[in-house]
Amino acid sequence: MTNWIDACSSDDIDAEDVIRFDHGGRTFAIYRNDANAYFCTDGLCTHEDVHLADGLVVENTIECPKHASIFDFTTGEVETPPACENLHTYPTVVRDGRVMVQI
Amino acid sequence: MAGIVILGAGECGVRAAFTLRELGYTRPVTLIDAEPALPYERPPLSKNLACEAREIRHADAYLSAEIELRQGTQVTCIDLGGKTLRLVDGGVIDFDQLLVATGARPRLFPGMENCATLRTDRDARRILSRFTPGARVGIIGGGFIGLELAATARRAGAEVTVVEAAPRILGRGVPPQIAALVQARHTDEGVKILTDTGVVRADETTIALADGTELGFDIVVAGVGAVPNVELAQEAGLTCDNGIAVDAAFRTSDPAVFAAGDCCSFEWRGNRVRLESWKAAQDQGSHAAAAMLGSGEVFSKVPWFWSDQFDMTLQVAGLFDLAGAMHTRDTGDDTCIVFQCDPAGAISAAAGIGPGNAAAREIKILEKLIERQTQADPSILADPSVNLKRLLKA
Repeated sequence: MTNWIDACSSDDIDAEDVIRFDHGGRTFAIYRNDANAYFCTDGLCTHEDVHLADGLVVENTIECPKHASIFDFTTGEVETPPACENLHTYPTVVRDGRVMVQI
Repeated sequence: MAGIVILGAGECGVRAAFTLRELGYTRPVTLIDAEPALPYERPPLSKNLACEAREIRHADAYLSAEIELRQGTQVTCIDLGGKTLRLVDGGVIDFDQLLVATGARPRLFPGMENCATLRTDRDARRILSRFTPGARVGIIGGGFIGLELAATARRAGAEVTVVEAAPRILGRGVPPQIAALVQARHTDEGVKILTDTGVVRADETTIALADGTELGFDIVVAGVGAVPNVELAQEAGLTCDNGIAVDAAFRTSDPAVFAAGDCCSFEWRGNRVRLESWKAAQDQGSHAAAAMLGSGEVFSKVPWFWSDQFDMTLQVAGLFDLAGAMHTRDTGDDTCIVFQCDPAGAISAAAGIGPGNAAAREIKILEKLIERQTQADPSILADPSVNLKRLLKA
């Protein structure tokens, strides 16, 4: 069962940045790239339980603040270890200025 | 058989092995591990009482990448002429190319041979099991390992004393402003830190100070640096200079042999340096693997270290000239960032501390600016209203 969840306003995230979004006892990271497209992944790094929202977004990648794993947040794929497992990604759309995530 | 043999299965060796496969190398890759356990991450060993050694890669990852992992294998000799490794059990392993990634081991000064030291998961189990409420823990050395162990022991309820010979803790690579914050936090938590205090002798339960005082403990741990494991390389005739000497692509003095990680010294921005760093070991392993396959790229990754103590994380990017001028970026809250520029005006080093990952993003940006050798006016970098990320885009 998946639902479209209203996560935040599209203005809540700066271009090329990320915020943390908690919902239903889970935590997610929502990204806006510099082309103003929005993406959502699991909120914790797959290497250690660290919030990726404290990390650095560069183009379409997020670098974990703790041990510098790098993921492509559009696909969830690991670009640089130590993480070995990809992030799960969630469909994300913007409707009427709201970022909607299918969780 | 033959192919590429990697001697040492720490972060560097493991990363090199997988990088070879990622780059399309199809010949045999043999990874020789002196320890019996599946290669594991060492950083958590000093930071958590739980002592859960996380595997760098799962066992099936080696199988599916066709990396032959030879665990518990002791090498006695590198025969450069014959391109073979000789094993303690009499076996031999041939190589076409060899990567030496033998790492480092804890240093002990004469007179303290019986102190506990931390390098392996076995060491950690032995030490951490002694961190119990009320236990008297003596730590020699106010560096990363000593202070992380001090914090871990204190959180377990132990009475902790850190003895540091130098006038301040973290004197090797951390700016004094940041070290002072770390020391204050330890003191607040009840850790006793004795600086300017020389140790003449120590064993499992005693630290004898230079002034004649003898301190008694339930366990004494020494964290006074590491020495590179160069003996096999040295006996084989490879050039060593504070580590196995390599060029900017991690080539040793023998064209078929490379070295990377804690065991090597390399050229970085005009200086020969040897790092003891988890991230550098990975970066160098990856770079050396590419070089073994013919890449001529020069290594440019910036040294990066981190330490967790209590709820604080400290990160350092670049190498500080501790005698040089430092600048503070006034981040206002409970974080602190200190940076330095080189004589040419480029950002050369940065350190940050704060609760959790509060300082991490700015240090990451500064690390990238250091890598690019970005020129910046220190007063601009120090201004907290300046968005550092904009400088990355410039």
